[in-house]
Amino acid sequence: MLKIENLHATVDGKPILKGLSLSIAPGEIHAIMGPNGSGKSTLSYVLAGREGYEVTEGSVTFMGQDLLAMEPEERAVAGVFLAFQAPVELPGVGNANFLRTALNAVRRAKGEAEVDAIQFLKLARARMKVLNMPDDMLKRPVNVGFSGGEKKRNEMLQMAMLSPKLALLDETDSGLDIDALKMVADTVNSLRGPDFSALVITHYQRLLNHIVPDHVHVLSAGRIIRSGGPELAQELEATGYAASVAAA
Amino acid sequence: MTAVGTTGAGAFLARHEGLRARLPGAHLPWVTALREASAEAFRAQGFPTRRVEAWKYTDLAAVNGTVFGEPLTGVDDALTLPATTNPRAVFVDGRFRADLSTLEGLAYTVESLAAVLPTLEGRLGAVARPAEQALAALNGMLFEDGLVVTVPAGVAGGVLELLSFATVSERAPAYHPRHLVQLEDGASLTLIETASGPAAARYLHNPVFEIEVAAKARLNHGRLQQEGLDAFFLSTVYARVAEGGAYDNFTLNAGGRLARNEIHVALQGPKAECHMNGVQLVADGQHADTTTALDHAAPDCASRQTYKTVLAGRSRGVFQGKILVRKIAQKTDGYQMNQALLLSPEAEIDSKPQLEIYADDVKCSHGATVGELDADNLFFLRSRGIPLDQAKAILVEAFLTEAVEAVADEDIRNALSTAVTGWWQRQGVAGGIEVA
Repeated sequence: MLKIENLHATVDGKPILKGLSLSIAPGEIHAIMGPNGSGKSTLSYVLAGREGYEVTEGSVTFMGQDLLAMEPEERAVAGVFLAFQAPVELPGVGNANFLRTALNAVRRAKGEAEVDAIQFLKLARARMKVLNMPDDMLKRPVNVGFSGGEKKRNEMLQMAMLSPKLALLDETDSGLDIDALKMVADTVNSLRGPDFSALVITHYQRLLNHIVPDHVHVLSAGRIIRSGGPELAQELEATGYAASVAAA
Repeated sequence: MTAVGTTGAGAFLARHEGLRARLPGAHLPWVTALREASAEAFRAQGFPTRRVEAWKYTDLAAVNGTVFGEPLTGVDDALTLPATTNPRAVFVDGRFRADLSTLEGLAYTVESLAAVLPTLEGRLGAVARPAEQALAALNGMLFEDGLVVTVPAGVAGGVLELLSFATVSERAPAYHPRHLVQLEDGASLTLIETASGPAAARYLHNPVFEIEVAAKARLNHGRLQQEGLDAFFLSTVYARVAEGGAYDNFTLNAGGRLARNEIHVALQGPKAECHMNGVQLVADGQHADTTTALDHAAPDCASRQTYKTVLAGRSRGVFQGKILVRKIAQKTDGYQMNQALLLSPEAEIDSKPQLEIYADDVKCSHGATVGELDADNLFFLRSRGIPLDQAKAILVEAFLTEAVEAVADEDIRNALSTAVTGWWQRQGVAGGIEVA
């Protein structure tokens, strides 16, 4: 469903990704691990279509389409979801209104009927119960005054509501306590199925104890230098990245 | 080429000369004296040029160069009045229309100024300052009608709508309504004013409000300026507030080719309050100006101002806000914030806050910001599937929220929110956020 070939990307003219290739089949969960500065976040932003990330070479195909030719909102409605490492705060934008607007944008694109306010609240409340989010988080402005954990819960709520085909989790685990970490893992695991794939980007192995990946890749200096099964994550946790980097 | 004397201040002065004997109140010496004094003031000032400090950022050359015709007598076939359950007073081309108004059973009086002019000696002209504001002078010289609202002591007046329509015209009419609003001790009223006209008609709407809020009275004044996009809207509001009274003004400045929303408020009794909030939505080819002057002339008064301007295309916005704190006005609490959001590289905003403080025990602050839509916020919304235009609309609405939420009156807030949505639709944007 996702095929990345020989991807090169620059930020402010500086090469960050230098020939990255990766294939994700439907239903698979891949983890990308790597030291700081290896290009992990750049990869997630390039896939989501953020401005300022210039692809200089290579291709990305998503569900048979040229992902790089699509606008960010087109990617989202096609089924790509980026869970942000540091979600923005939007004063003046109510969380419920935002979520419903996003949900209906996605539903429109899929040719599904839009949900009205009452249907939406029903759907949202059911999801929030599972995520252990208080109801009033719907009423507050998006992420304003939310703790780090609450912001990540909100990201997971958006992910669960929009039911993407491919979730990109950009260090979603950073700064989370164990309960929040489990909540993130539970949300991802609840979506697991033949039509859901995920790319879990993380610095630590910790999250991968709860979301067991099918494949683990090590990213260094803009390229994947090693790939393996879930055991690779544990090995990296024990030996650090240096050995892999030196060997590559 | 326009013949000499058909445009500018001279044309209006000539018009006054010609109509002198026929203008309402011509037989009343005090009205004639007021008109003559106004004419004198207008002759002295003319249409202010940009060399006049108060008009540094707003150029009246287009007004000055337009040949204005007679006001119409009401060609209003195409007029559709919006549904409302509120009492309302309707003006068409500057004239009160009893047949279109619904004013029965009110606990206060609402009258046509032309009809009750003989009773207004001492009240008409009590608050306006034609010697200082040229447009008020022009209005004083040529006013023909207006609304006279009087809410007796202790009466809670509820909501009153004031609807002003311009109709289609080839002749570029100019009209100068004079509205008087008086709230006696402890009275209250919410006045929601809408000014609109056809998209392609050129006309000048030059209203002057004289507002008197007596002790412990409260006026909520909501103004939705949605004139046609070729119109000139030059409005001057004067309000004075007595001890413990409150004047709240909220203005949406969204229509017109050139629009000036000028407000002068004097807090004249202790513990009087004033809130002035506003939103300016300025699209390609428009110029919108909000100019406020707040006079703290008594101790223990509070004033709050929040103005937000959104500019698209090649457009220009102005905010000028002066707060004067007189020596006697100890314990003044004054606050002013104005913020602008530029949606296009061709949009421009001029912002001039001004504090003049003579008392030594006061709390007074002001702030101003100018910015663009935040790229990270836009990307976040788009990454959730929301199309670019809609994402922008959501962020613009969010930007306006603070000014809108500062409006205490729910009717005004609702009317405003409808007007903002309408503005977006006119910009060809599918709409902002869905309400859950």
